[in-house]
Amino acid sequence: MNAMNPVTASTGAEPLLSAREVSVSFPVGSRAAARIRGEERLLRAVDGVDLEMRRGEALALVGESGSGKSTLALALAGLQRTDRGEIRFDGRVLPASRSRADRRRIQMVFQDPYSSLNPRLTVGGMLRELLRVHHVVPANRVAAFSAELLALVGLGEADLSSYPRQFSGGQRQRVAIARALALRPDILVADEPVSALDVSVQATILNLLRNLRDDLGLTLLLISHNLAVVRHLCDRVAVMYLGRIVEVAPTEQIFSAPRHPYTRGLLAAIPRMTEGVADGSGPAIAGDPPSPLRIPAGCRFRTRCPIAQPRCETEDPVLAADAGGAAGAGGGSAAEHLAACHFAFAPTAEEAGPVRNENEQNA
Amino acid sequence: MGTVSASILEVRDLHVRIASRRGIVRAVDGVSFDVPRGGALGLVGESGSGKSMTLRAILGVLPAEARVTSGEIRLDGVDLRQLRGSDINRLRGPKMAMIFQEPMSALNPVMRVGWQIAEGPQVHLGLSRGRASERALDLMRRVGIPDPERRFRAYPHEFSGGMRQRVMIAIALSCDPEIILCDEPTTALDVTIQDQILRLLTRLCRESGTSLVFVTHDLPVVAQVCHDVAVMYGGQLVERGEVREVLLDPRHPYTLGLVRSAPDFEYVRESLVPIPGSPPSLISPPSGCRFHPRCAFAEDDCRTSQTPLRPLPGVSGGRSTACLHYERTLEAVEADRARP
Repeated sequence: MNAMNPVTASTGAEPLLSAREVSVSFPVGSRAAARIRGEERLLRAVDGVDLEMRRGEALALVGESGSGKSTLALALAGLQRTDRGEIRFDGRVLPASRSRADRRRIQMVFQDPYSSLNPRLTVGGMLRELLRVHHVVPANRVAAFSAELLALVGLGEADLSSYPRQFSGGQRQRVAIARALALRPDILVADEPVSALDVSVQATILNLLRNLRDDLGLTLLLISHNLAVVRHLCDRVAVMYLGRIVEVAPTEQIFSAPRHPYTRGLLAAIPRMTEGVADGSGPAIAGDPPSPLRIPAGCRFRTRCPIAQPRCETEDPVLAADAGGAAGAGGGSAAEHLAACHFAFAPTAEEAGPVRNENEQNA
Repeated sequence: MGTVSASILEVRDLHVRIASRRGIVRAVDGVSFDVPRGGALGLVGESGSGKSMTLRAILGVLPAEARVTSGEIRLDGVDLRQLRGSDINRLRGPKMAMIFQEPMSALNPVMRVGWQIAEGPQVHLGLSRGRASERALDLMRRVGIPDPERRFRAYPHEFSGGMRQRVMIAIALSCDPEIILCDEPTTALDVTIQDQILRLLTRLCRESGTSLVFVTHDLPVVAQVCHDVAVMYGGQLVERGEVREVLLDPRHPYTLGLVRSAPDFEYVRESLVPIPGSPPSLISPPSGCRFHPRCAFAEDDCRTSQTPLRPLPGVSGGRSTACLHYERTLEAVEADRARP
């Protein structure tokens, strides 16, 4: 479709978007209450994240609720102030308050299509306002461009005069995607785009995202707790735990040879059609994640980790590639696969696959 | 009470109607199933399929606008529809218990957690306050709540989502029920916590011989905990059988549609196949098979013939389908499998 950005030829080493040491924290409660409880007053939602997105790729951000994945996405999209770190777009550092032109480059689709659309605007009115404010197309092209956008997401021109309440959940999510695409963004950030939808409708939205990415050369950041969705749609996966990225790798490497014990547990916890839990074995990961107000010292996963050692209590592992440098099991180069665990690339972890925590402490 | 039957729960031709401004909603329309003693049955379907209404009808906790218009619900041989409200109340706890999706709204926010667990044994089993609190502490240990002596005096808001669901399980088990009815008990939880809760629930039910009815929209979750599954569509059952047979080798086009449209963790398809159209209106449902307007295999007789659940010829294990042309689904499954 001519209305969209062509894929830029620069597919070199320079990432389209990169985050360095990005941190986001929120003040919570009163100073006195924090002192009495012995907790920090700052909730460190994102705590020093490095991440790169390449042009045209689909990157997934996965993790439990409270891991900071949505906050990181908001920060990348410029909708959340960061405390520290820098975010570069196309090689240029983005300032704390972004210009209108910069904001256009990264657009978001939210989880709940019922609360993220203005109920008092028709779809056409919504798009018209957006296109005028951002001067996306000349005034005489607004109507035609709006119709093109709806066609792109599988809706008809007649839907321009409808209100959000007249659509089903899946259709609303299409409207939300059309709205995000209206500004011809380079990056589409989708935060749990199908979690609120029924199974049979999820498929239509996932297929749509996949086609849009192929057809428009969009770069996609998908936030999801559903690893099956991620496997279906994404090229690379970043796993978050308590505000940090603990593992990044190409999708097939994450699934076939996970390196971080948290990733292994997360994969083992996914319910499978082919087997039940009646074997009486323990859970994949025991216990609840710690509160982000009480992040453990050293490695932050150690309190639930089945292979934790004394060293993990003091030394905070950094996100790094295998020093040995051998090619990963998924066929990619070793430098592609990073993990933040002292034992991620130890010989014993080799080909370990998903682990089960046998000594169930919690059930 | 009469003779002891093999099934703890028998539902026969259940109909639930809901009065709405636009007309009468036929939310549950002729549903029949059995749950064997110690068995676990999954009830799956999308929102509006009638799975939660079926469960609520069994429990006798239908919303005010809804009522059971016909059918039988036999719990341990007793027809619940013949009982008065106070008699049914006496069965909730010692005979049947429930676990809901959102524990925060099912728990009393201003009552200490321990006493909420102890309440059932006090009321239904006549235990003293002291004995009941001992029982509650024991249950808290069994469901894996750490430091139960201290947590006994905590309030629900002090618990995480997973811990609250453990409390709900403790309450459900507190009077040794024959059957536990669960409505999406892990849908609000993270996958790691879901894994913990499913394992816990399965282990405790097996240890105590408690039967389970498990309502969910999530096919892999049903495969985790249930032996049998019944698939609901438009207020009716469309397929039933052993869980892995049904999910991996379906004999109804709707089940096939559900399986094909869900991204599967173990098997990555080139593209997902959504079910075309949208679920039927239950005020004026389609004639014949309710799935026929969305079905790729529909023929003329599907538009006219009523289609009850019938046993599949030559297959054991209670395998049944409501599809007149289930061979077409079989062919599609085999074609899927032949693909590399």
